[in-house]
Amino acid sequence: MAITTVPGTTRPGRPSSPYAERPRRTSLGRKVRDNLTGHAFLIGAVLCFALFSWYPMIRGVVMSFQRTRRGVTTWVGWDNYTRIIDDPSFWTAWKNTFYFTVLALVLGYAVPFFVAILLNELRHAKGYLRVLVYLPVMLPPASALFLFKFYAYDPSEAGLFNAILKALHLPTSQWMQSPGMTMPAMVIASTWMNMGGAVLIYLAALQNIPGELYEAAELDGAGIWRRIWNVTIPQTRLILALMAMMQIVATMQLFIEPLILANGAGAEDSATSVAYLIYQHGFFQNDLNGAAALGVIMLVVLAGFSAVYLRLTAKQD
Amino acid sequence: MSVPQYRKAAALALVAGLGISLTACSTKSDDTSNDAGGKVTITVDCQPVGAQKELLQNWNDDVAEFQRQNPDIIIKSVSVGEQCNNPPDFTARLSGGTVTDVFYGYMTDLQQVLDSGQAMDITEFANKDTISTWDSVDPALKEVFTDGGKLYAVPVKNYSMGLVYNKVLFQRAGLDVNNPPKTWPEVREAAKKIAALGDGIAGYAEYSAGNTGGWHFTSLLYSQGGQVLTEDGKKADFNNPMGKQVLQNLKDMRYGDNSMGSRQLLQWGDLLTNAAAGKVGMFIGAPDTTQAIVSQFQGKFQDWAMGPLPGQDGPAKGTLGGGEGYFFKKGLTPEQVKAGLKWIAYQKLTPGKGQFDYVRAKPQNYPVGLPQPLLFANGSEAQKQEFELRKANANVDTANFALFEANPIPIKGEPRNAQAIYAVLDAAMSGVLTNPNANLDALLKTAEQKVDQLLAAEG
Repeated sequence: MAITTVPGTTRPGRPSSPYAERPRRTSLGRKVRDNLTGHAFLIGAVLCFALFSWYPMIRGVVMSFQRTRRGVTTWVGWDNYTRIIDDPSFWTAWKNTFYFTVLALVLGYAVPFFVAILLNELRHAKGYLRVLVYLPVMLPPASALFLFKFYAYDPSEAGLFNAILKALHLPTSQWMQSPGMTMPAMVIASTWMNMGGAVLIYLAALQNIPGELYEAAELDGAGIWRRIWNVTIPQTRLILALMAMMQIVATMQLFIEPLILANGAGAEDSATSVAYLIYQHGFFQNDLNGAAALGVIMLVVLAGFSAVYLRLTAKQD
Repeated sequence: MSVPQYRKAAALALVAGLGISLTACSTKSDDTSNDAGGKVTITVDCQPVGAQKELLQNWNDDVAEFQRQNPDIIIKSVSVGEQCNNPPDFTARLSGGTVTDVFYGYMTDLQQVLDSGQAMDITEFANKDTISTWDSVDPALKEVFTDGGKLYAVPVKNYSMGLVYNKVLFQRAGLDVNNPPKTWPEVREAAKKIAALGDGIAGYAEYSAGNTGGWHFTSLLYSQGGQVLTEDGKKADFNNPMGKQVLQNLKDMRYGDNSMGSRQLLQWGDLLTNAAAGKVGMFIGAPDTTQAIVSQFQGKFQDWAMGPLPGQDGPAKGTLGGGEGYFFKKGLTPEQVKAGLKWIAYQKLTPGKGQFDYVRAKPQNYPVGLPQPLLFANGSEAQKQEFELRKANANVDTANFALFEANPIPIKGEPRNAQAIYAVLDAAMSGVLTNPNANLDALLKTAEQKVDQLLAAEG
């Protein structure tokens, strides 16, 4: 049923739209014509997503059920999936990736939040410290990781971290050459590299918390930890949940850290991640179909995490 | 123009612009066949990059001279950056269908190229008419690029590994520069003396990352007389006393003597960077690693010499060999294939021309006198010519490579599915070089299980 608007009856206080007084038409062609500007602006984004996100994703799924040999592509059902699961490095890669994700959640997630609280509390040199915290983000990741590789994680006593440990009379480490230290070392480097962006987002969220909440808490005798627990965290829970989700999705795609810091697989495969295994299959082992299958498995796992996140945040709202 | 109209126009302009951009990004249409004037055009990759000034000038001069001699052929050179050194780049171009008409690949790339469906059978075209030295080319190398009786590429380089050593460090450590170690126990002794010089110098250095650890494990295993896979290629064959000896030698040097330096997980560029900086006494490699040390990592030719690969109790029982060639893209016209073969013949397979133009290379900072590339069969006419020219124009002391040349070791090729197996063997190499308590039997057993699993999955 067509709905018409009586001229001059738009609600007071709302700006009058040039389209407000036109009768709404149901025909699709009319609708498209009416919203041509919007659709035209939308086309660019849709095309970009379609070409660079959706098409490769669909192509990856299709490839994961195919096998190309001698230029001939055939459908092979679940063969690529069974083959990739039988890959001796498959479970190692998942174990390493989950381990990295958990460590990154403990360290990489908590540290920026507390740094942001600290920056928010400061009265002086705020701007200067914010720049300082954000500076590593501006370094290309490869350069930052090479700094860690050659200076911080040098296993000799000349290495930066080992020199500090030695000065403190603590035992030195082999860092990337020790299977037990590979993941913590990668998390430290990754946190340092990426912390700046997260700190800025947390800072913005913190600054939106009404000051009177803190004042009331202070009047009630709440100390700093109680204020953080009862005011800061509840007030920023949505941002915290969003950042946790983004962190999980990002850390599970761990690739450049093992590639540069560990030259790939690291000591006794301790750095092999799922994304690195995809790269190995696709680019070294002449197995693009296997790589596609592993990519789809990863997509499903990450989609699962995202679904859980959406459910949780929907309930919270 | 009213605001809505202005917006509409802007939006349409944006869409039009996007469309044009996307069109511009799309693959350029192929214009590389016969042109109207009856000329044949081919694209060829691996033109040296701009940073390699002299090599690039040599390539361009070769193209100009070749086109002068063959006015009906146009060579379009394509520089693909690191493709020629970096397997992932090559795979990306192959998968993307953007390889040139005549494209470069490693000997181990044959299967990958065939699977991509982009290789052309050139059996009927490769002969003395298109490549005058064809009968002199080592038949074993042609065989490497042959599958099912069909030839798919022309070999242009061949290498085998030996023991590369730093003469300056040998002298400083009181070792005889003309008598490099011939066995692994001798390597261990020499490495200990070199490492004793201090200053972070490794007596012997070895790879253990980026699949290069597995690559060198293979060569070390060959030196013991072993093989990576069983004869039928269906099972791993390195979990035995020979494989264990390879790891034991490394463990003894790394942790018994502390003569391999503290920094491990090295791959190709890492080791050569250290070597160029004078921090490595010995490593195993092909003759052209000295070229890389000089041209890419600022080392000095005169510092380096080479002996044959050591064996456990005497000469090595085998060494790893490999090489490169040029493939032809499927769908080329017979004229294009012939033109491509002529170009390769001129630039890669003619003594005195292209890569064998030693008169031109002599004053440049590129070595003449290395026993490489070993393309021509022993006793063949082309081999004699190439050897004479090399000797007459040598700009490196050929005596530095005399021992390597005078003591040939049987060359063995890489195993099937080499890169996947190397990735598995990297873990054994990194294990023994980073863990002082590494259990060699366990490392080999794990690697064996993984390789068997991998081969079974491949079918």
